[in-house]
Amino acid sequence: MTRHALSTRLWHWLNLACVVVLFMSGLNISNAHPHLYWGDWGFDPRDAWLSVPRFPGWMTIPGHYSLAAARDWHILAAWPFALGLLFIWIAMLANGHFRRDIATGRREWRWAALRADIAAHLRLDFRHRRGGYNLLQRIAYGIVFGILLPLMIATGMGISPGWEPHLHWMIESMGGRQSVRSIHFVAAWALFGFVVVHVALVLLSRPLRQVRDMVTGGRR
Amino acid sequence: MKRRSLLVGLGAAAVAGCSRIADSGPGARALAAAEDWHRKAQRLFAARTALAPEYDRAAISPSFRGNGSLTVDTDAYRASLASGFADWRLNVRGLVRHPLSLSMDNIRRLPQRTQVTRHDCVEGWSAIGEWTGPQLGLILSAAQLLPQAKYVVFRCADRLRGAPYYESIDLIDAFHPQTIVAHRLNGEPLPERNGAPLRLRVERQLGYKHAKYLTAIEAVASLDGIGGGAGGYWEDRGYQWYAGV
Ligand code: HEM
Ligand code: HEM
Repeated sequence: MTRHALSTRLWHWLNLACVVVLFMSGLNISNAHPHLYWGDWGFDPRDAWLSVPRFPGWMTIPGHYSLAAARDWHILAAWPFALGLLFIWIAMLANGHFRRDIATGRREWRWAALRADIAAHLRLDFRHRRGGYNLLQRIAYGIVFGILLPLMIATGMGISPGWEPHLHWMIESMGGRQSVRSIHFVAAWALFGFVVVHVALVLLSRPLRQVRDMVTGGRR
Repeated sequence: MKRRSLLVGLGAAAVAGCSRIADSGPGARALAAAEDWHRKAQRLFAARTALAPEYDRAAISPSFRGNGSLTVDTDAYRASLASGFADWRLNVRGLVRHPLSLSMDNIRRLPQRTQVTRHDCVEGWSAIGEWTGPQLGLILSAAQLLPQAKYVVFRCADRLRGAPYYESIDLIDAFHPQTIVAHRLNGEPLPERNGAPLRLRVERQLGYKHAKYLTAIEAVASLDGIGGGAGGYWEDRGYQWYAGV
């Protein structure tokens, strides 16, 4: 049996491209008004709970400040990103990948198991149990699939005025449009944090084989 | 330092790749089409007349930020402002059976709608204000659109960087119950920086659609040949015509 199903591999690399475009064009959008507020409204930087620095051209798409072009990229990439996430959820529920490799059982959430897994990670020992993912991996991937990526879509739609009439309940429960925008921004950086750790761990654990397996499927 | 330069290198590669795609024909078409898919998806999933949220008066922001043009830099406008816009006219023309020329008095005597709504600027900020004015649909019905009319174009007195400001919307948004020609903000006549004496409110779209300093409303069959042809001042400069995302 292959280690990674075809659906997982296709999604993984498509999603990587989308996330890179969304994150970098998002930073260009942020440059337009780099102040974040809480509540329904906010326009005066003095009321901001966070003012972020200007992101330089090498971090943004396009590489110079253009709110118009950045928004074109952002809302284009939003489509394959959102449809891809829908696709992988259906695929991994259908082929059992979610239940087998991502979901954690109550037995695994014992402190001793978590501690042993953290200790193994600190020793840079990433042997997978029975070819599957270890507990920390399951938790991390579960959070990304189940919380961070859907949250990017929900908050992205929540900041769009055309979606507002349909998502009003969600926007209000998050504290208002400017709160939703703040959450969109913070979650984008949380996702960036995940990717940094994720890629670092791949690089630390036989990177060529790992990436090759994520492309060709590999063997369990 | 090495890691940083790796990141810079990857970032630059992504930027370069994207700019090549944007410059290619199909790439540019996909970028332009995506806004249309969002518009269709939004209208597919909910009634076209779904209302933007309306707030209590208590939610009104302490001030309402002005953006873009903050005045009209002509002697005629200053004289009109000084006279309380006694001579201001809103012309309704184009593909209509009965062209109109409305004074401020005419507009104030029409049935009014008052709504406390949130304004979302494309830059990211929001402000809440209370707007009052007749529904655009009412004015268009009075002028009687001809069947060929597909869009409504808004002509404005202000110029931004030397070019006249204008905007356009489709008939679904034009006849939306919350689309009004506002002449009051928070119970006062519209302030100069917010578009005195008349501005469009087209809730559910971003701020640049809400044309200020309105002088005419024009029903048209196509946006070609108007301004740069993209349907608005900012649209001619690359922004999306459908500003609901
Ligand atoms: C991995 C996915 C995504 C990432 C990393 C991301 C990142 C960002 C960032 C950093 C910003 C700038 C926020 C600011 O300071 O204003 C932004 C803005 C925005 N994003 Fe996303 N985004 C993602 C997905 C989406 C999706 C799926 C949508 C769906 C419609 C979306 C819609 C928007 C919109 C409308 C804005 C403009 C907000 C504003 O006016 O400030 N995003 N995004
Ligand atoms: C250059 C960047 C990336 C590389 C080299 C990379 C590499 C990999 C590899 C080798 C695996 C398999 C890990 C294993 O078998 O233990 C994996 C899995 C995974 N990656 Fe990435 N990745 C990258 C970016 C991303 C991004 C941007 C995301 C999401 C935002 C992501 C989310 C995931 C998830 C959720 C899995 C688990 C997939 C599954 O089995 O369902 N990765 N990645």
